[in-house]
Amino acid sequence: MFSAILEYEFLQHAFYAIVLGSIVCGIMSNLIIEKKMLMISGGLAHTAYGGIGLAYLLEFDPTAGALAFSLCSALFIAFLHKKSHVSNDIFIALFWALGMALGIIFIGLIPGYTPNIESYLFGNILAVSGQDVLAMLLLSALIVFCVFAFYKDWQIFLFDEEFARLQGIAVNFYHYFLYVLVTLSVILLIRVAGIVLVLALLSAPAASASLCSRNFTGRLALSVLFSFVFSFFGLWLSYTLDISSGACIVVFAFCIYALLLVLNRKKA
Amino acid sequence: MKALSVENLSVYYARHQALKNINLQIEEGDFLGILGPNGGGKSTLIKAVIGSVPYTGRIEIFGKSHDLSLVGYMPQSSDLNRHFPINVLEVCLSADLHKKMHFFHRYSHRVKDEAMEYLRLLGIEHLAKRSISELSGGEFQKLLLARTLLTKPKLLLLDEPTANIDPRSSEHIFEVLADLNKEMTIVMVTHDLSAVASCVKSIACLSQTLIYHGEPKLNADILTQMYGCPIDLIAHGHPHRVLPYHVHDEETGECYEMSYDEAKHAVVKNPCCKYH
Repeated sequence: MFSAILEYEFLQHAFYAIVLGSIVCGIMSNLIIEKKMLMISGGLAHTAYGGIGLAYLLEFDPTAGALAFSLCSALFIAFLHKKSHVSNDIFIALFWALGMALGIIFIGLIPGYTPNIESYLFGNILAVSGQDVLAMLLLSALIVFCVFAFYKDWQIFLFDEEFARLQGIAVNFYHYFLYVLVTLSVILLIRVAGIVLVLALLSAPAASASLCSRNFTGRLALSVLFSFVFSFFGLWLSYTLDISSGACIVVFAFCIYALLLVLNRKKA
Repeated sequence: MKALSVENLSVYYARHQALKNINLQIEEGDFLGILGPNGGGKSTLIKAVIGSVPYTGRIEIFGKSHDLSLVGYMPQSSDLNRHFPINVLEVCLSADLHKKMHFFHRYSHRVKDEAMEYLRLLGIEHLAKRSISELSGGEFQKLLLARTLLTKPKLLLLDEPTANIDPRSSEHIFEVLADLNKEMTIVMVTHDLSAVASCVKSIACLSQTLIYHGEPKLNADILTQMYGCPIDLIAHGHPHRVLPYHVHDEETGECYEMSYDEAKHAVVKNPCCKYH
C-alpha cells in the first residue's frame, strides 16, 4: 500500500486525513471521556445528518450544513445542560433522533434523484478531496492550539470544575467552548469514519491510552498514536479488501482495545 | 469582624427544601463544626456559601457579598474522579490558577516550592510525582487540603475532610487544622464527634433548620431534636441507640460497659457490634 500512497493522489489525501484526524481524535477523545461527553458526541454526529440533508435540499456544501446544524445543537444542549435540571441524556437522545429525522425528511423532499449519502453515514476516507484536507488542516490546527494554549485550565476544568470556578477560571466559557471543539472534531471526523461510526474514534484511542498511562500528557500522546494506528491499519484493510474504510477502522480499534484490556487484566 | 454572616438562608432542590431560614454569624478566628443527619443540609450550607447552589437570603464573607477571593473550599473527595490522569503536585499547583484564562501558563519555582511546603506540612511530599489514582483515601484528603491551603484562604470551608479515612490520618488532619486555625477561620462539616471534642471551638447543628449554635457541648436534647429520635451516638451520620453502653476494646478483644460520654467518643474509633 505504501507504493500506492506515493502513486495515487486519493490515497495521499486519505493518508493526510488520517494523520490530521488522529491528532484531533487523540486529543479530543481524552477531553470527551474525562468530561463524560461520549453520548453528546454521538448525538452531535447524528444531528449533523439533518444539516447534510438540508444542504442537499438547498444545494450548498454538505459539510457546512453539518457544521451549522451540529454547532447550533451543541450550544443549545450546552445551555440546557447548564440551566436545566432535566437529565442531559434526554436532550441528547432528542437531538440525536431529531437530527436523523430532519435529515430523512430533507432528503425525501429533494425532487427526482435521491443523492447517495452513504459516505456521510459510514465514512469513506478514500473520497477525501484536497479541499477536505485543507479544511481538516485548519480545523485540527485550531483544535490543537486551543487545547495546548490553555492546557492547565483544561486540566483543572476537567478534574474539578467547582474548584476551577472558585479560582475564578472562566468555567462557563470552557463549558461552551468544549462543546464547540467537540462539534468541530465530529464534523472533521465524519469524512473518516462517518456519522454512525465516529463515536468509536472519539472513544477507542483515549480508552486504549488510559490502559497504558496515568499521566495526562502521556495519555494525549498515546491516544494520538493509537488513533493513527487504528486509522492506518483500518485504511490498509479497507484498501486490501475493498470494503468500507470507516467500518474497518472501528473493528480494528475495537480489537486492539479488547487486546489491551485483556493484557491489562493479566498484568493486574 | 464576622468572617461569615448568613441571614435568612433558604435552599430548595426542586420542591424539596434543604435549608430553611438559616441565620448564622461566625466570628473571625472561629473553628466551627457543622453537625447534622445525612440530608440535613450541612454540605448544602457550604455549597450556598461558595455559590454552587441557588439560594434566597443573604451571605456575606468578611463583610462582602459574592466575594469568594478569601474563601478556600475543600470538597468531599467522593465528588471527584480519582482515576483522572493527574499527579499530586499538579493537583496542588492548580491552586496557582486564579485568573479567567491562562495562556501557555507555567508555574513559577516559588509556587512549586510553596506547593511542596504544604505537601510536607501534611506529610505527603514524597508522593508529589504519584498519580492520584495511587493514593489512599487519607492521602487524597490531605492533598485536597494542601491544594486548598495553597490558595491562602482567610475562611476555610471543609466538607467532611475525614470521611472514610483511618483514625490516624483523621487525627493528623485535625492537628494540622487546629494549628491553621491560628491564622484562619475554619468551618467544617463533619460526622466525626471526636473532632468536635478535640479541635472545634463552636458547633452548629443542622437539620434543615439551625437547631443549635454555640459551645461544642452536645446533650441528649440537641441530638434528639437534630435526628428526630432519641439517640445516644452518631456513626457515619446515622443516629444509633446504645443498648447498653458497650464498647469493643480492640486490644483485649472484649466488650465492656462505659459511661454515655465515654461511649460517645469511643464509637468513632471502636464501633461495637452491640450498637444498633
